[in-house]
Amino acid sequence: MSQYVLRRLMIAIPSLLGISVVLFVVLALAPGDPFAELATNPNVPPEVQAALRAKFGLDDPIYLRYLHWLNAMLHGDWGFSFVSRMDVDTLILQRLPATLYVIGSAQILALLIAIPVGVYAATKPYSLFDQIANTLAFIGFSLPTFFTGLLFILIFSVTLDWLPFVYSTDIKATGIRWVLEMIRQAIMPVAVLGLFQAASMTRFVRSAMLDVIRLDYVTTARAKGLGQAKVIIKHVMRNAMIPVVTLIALQMPAVFGGAIVTEQIFRIPGIGSLLITSILSNDTPVVMAVTFVFACLVVLFNLIADVLYGWLDPRISLR
Amino acid sequence: MLDKELRSMIGDVKDGRMNRRAFVQRLAAVGLAAPAAYQLLALGGVAMAEGPSAYKPTKRGGGGALKLLWWQGPTLLNPHFATGTKDQDGSRLFYEPLACWDPDGNMKLVLAAEIPSVQNGLLAADGTSVTWKLKPGVKWHDGKPFSADDVVFTWEYTKDPATATVTSGTYRDLKVEKIDDLTVKITFPKPTPFWADAFVGAGAGQILPKHQFADYIGSKSREAPANLAPVGTGPYKFVEFKPGDLIRGVINPDYHMANRPYFDSIEMKGGGDAVSAARAVIQTGEYDFGWNIQVEDDVLLRLEKGGKGKTIYAVGGDTEFIALNFSDPNTEVDGEKSSMKTKHPLFSDPAVRKALSMLVDRDSIKKAIYGRAGRTTANFLNGPEKFVSKNTTWEFSIEKASKLLDDAGWKPGADGIREKDGKKLKLLYQTSINGPRQKTQAIVKQACQKAGIDVELKSVVASVFFSSDVANPDTYPKFYADLEMFQIPLSQPDPSQHMRRYHSRYIASKENKWQGTNFTRWTNKDYDAAIDAADSEMDPVKRAALYIKCNDLMWQDTVFIPAMHRLKVEASANTLRPVISGWANETDNLFDWYREE
Repeated sequence: MSQYVLRRLMIAIPSLLGISVVLFVVLALAPGDPFAELATNPNVPPEVQAALRAKFGLDDPIYLRYLHWLNAMLHGDWGFSFVSRMDVDTLILQRLPATLYVIGSAQILALLIAIPVGVYAATKPYSLFDQIANTLAFIGFSLPTFFTGLLFILIFSVTLDWLPFVYSTDIKATGIRWVLEMIRQAIMPVAVLGLFQAASMTRFVRSAMLDVIRLDYVTTARAKGLGQAKVIIKHVMRNAMIPVVTLIALQMPAVFGGAIVTEQIFRIPGIGSLLITSILSNDTPVVMAVTFVFACLVVLFNLIADVLYGWLDPRISLR
Repeated sequence: MLDKELRSMIGDVKDGRMNRRAFVQRLAAVGLAAPAAYQLLALGGVAMAEGPSAYKPTKRGGGGALKLLWWQGPTLLNPHFATGTKDQDGSRLFYEPLACWDPDGNMKLVLAAEIPSVQNGLLAADGTSVTWKLKPGVKWHDGKPFSADDVVFTWEYTKDPATATVTSGTYRDLKVEKIDDLTVKITFPKPTPFWADAFVGAGAGQILPKHQFADYIGSKSREAPANLAPVGTGPYKFVEFKPGDLIRGVINPDYHMANRPYFDSIEMKGGGDAVSAARAVIQTGEYDFGWNIQVEDDVLLRLEKGGKGKTIYAVGGDTEFIALNFSDPNTEVDGEKSSMKTKHPLFSDPAVRKALSMLVDRDSIKKAIYGRAGRTTANFLNGPEKFVSKNTTWEFSIEKASKLLDDAGWKPGADGIREKDGKKLKLLYQTSINGPRQKTQAIVKQACQKAGIDVELKSVVASVFFSSDVANPDTYPKFYADLEMFQIPLSQPDPSQHMRRYHSRYIASKENKWQGTNFTRWTNKDYDAAIDAADSEMDPVKRAALYIKCNDLMWQDTVFIPAMHRLKVEASANTLRPVISGWANETDNLFDWYREE
């Protein structure tokens, strides 16, 4: 097993290098520069703009800039943001808690809905419950998060005035009040993201269960006289979870990305909104770092998925 | 009013034969607003009265928390590195200039004790130097005294090319020296009628503490801890900063203005978009103030119905304009399009330019897009009042435009598009991607079509359009199109910097890597002469006349077609009394804000 993990890790390194080259080249070729806004400011002489470009190495050839970046990265230096002149790692660490809290909660909510609903619907296919679950799931993943987000704001903030729609990282209360406030302000973004995730996941869990539930060994287990619950949980679910794990693992980075929209709508100071504002202001070091973190997440979750396969089905890691 | 009469009146006030109030009233009688009159007096060598303050609270603090919403959050807190007004706004919560501009464009003292004038001997009559007296007893937030050393240091810091500040343009040609602990003298290389640029306002004026930055001048500038945790003299003390997300401050109990500030703490939240910022202030009241609400007027009117807030407007000098290219964007000479060696094939006929100006329907643009946030205008220079030309008019008429073109020999071809000598009236009209701009484009295109002009629309992402990227063909200074539309902010109540940009000396070309500011490639000897004269003209009346002449020359030649005089739009809670100036940043007059219960 450890050899298997090691092998996977060795493959990850060249992939990450390749990803970083591609990202860097694409960003370097993208038009615009971080000092765009200065161009219309009459106070800023053109020489100053030129000096800033030179100071931040924007006029160096691409390969040289890449090598600089790689060298710094290997020494644990993520560079600094051109726009806020702050270290990129500080910037990302500042944004991480909000992202993890909201996206983590949304993902847990999605799992809590998707697995029981999907499993139950699969045990009774085409029943009334299954049909209702299916319909809701279809509606759920056809509605984009920017639409549901706005709908939630209009209903719960504007009309009913129950929930705030601006996420605040600076809640004045302490103790239990603080916890309650944190929960209150996360309800809408978590619901929006979580329900969207749950919808597609429910469909997936259901079909994965249906694939397994018809196999001969399940019939055998039933024939041996095992109870329905035991058959479903011990025999069907464990095998059905293999594709589900793949889906969840590979979806994690996409969730970080998909949350960009939600973070914008609710003003959550997360990594997604950092990425968007950095792209808009051509803040290359931050865009590079955030996208590279996403790339690392993809590789990492792939690895986790592989390890989980090994645990769910030991035959996989032996090959 | 005649020049002579006005000047003799200023003389009367100087000599004490007429009091200030009477002067303002006489000017008001001929339609000149009080602030403009005061400015004439000030720049005419008469001490400027400070604008009146509406501030009511009689004690410091007790106002609770002030919650501000900036949909583009500040990303750094050193005003001299600011990449946009948002960063100046954030820094301005803590740092202060010597003086700032109030809503009427009057000077308002902040760290200075007295407004310089020829009368009090602080302003040299020939405009080559100005002396500032500083307020005594002002302390930095860490308790150290504020003094002339800090002012001199700020000059040294910003003008150092290695520090690479964005405000160096203001400071590099001056000399600043300390006279004593509370006096500094600025010397200009030549007579400078607008002497109030350095150390004034939020843009370049904010003063840094020497003891915090002395070790971080030049190439080490990025390492200064105070870049992220400012120690200023302002009404609020720094608590916390998360770039793009949050700035927090608490009341400064030692603030140098009586009974100020009113609020006990301040919070500036960033992120999101303008519409939802308007909603959070106007409709739900979650925040007290929303910055720069660029939202269509009917959306705002809907939000305001029964809401907890309203929109407020400030008049400045920002003009949304359509610029005409005087060089040919489609012919390449020595590897350069829009080269000065070419002439625009269609715009070299003045009738075409005049007709285009008649095809911009300002009324519809105001009605459909800007609403309360815009004023129709024929002028490129729309403020301050004393610099605004009364000699110009605009007209929208498809018939007259068509007739103008008919008379000039542009006849409709088989496809309905006018042509002359084998040249078709086909234009490329570019702008940055932005809702109101795209709508304006559509309105103009439609009118042009009816008059037989074919207009192709193009929109470029703002970050490209406004960039200095030499390699990109889509930037506004390259101007590889026939028409382009945007706005250049007029951030001070003086047009000198702004109008100088269109001097033929500053034509954008391959030679200067398109860093020149005159992107229209229009040249006019009279304009150049007027700009050069105005740059060192100390007589305020003559100087105003020169800028009015510049505006009129541009209008006669149809260099710019002004689409709208834009006002600043902000969202405010009904109970909040913010002080917003069209000539300053939103947080510039923050010390005067309070809440009326």
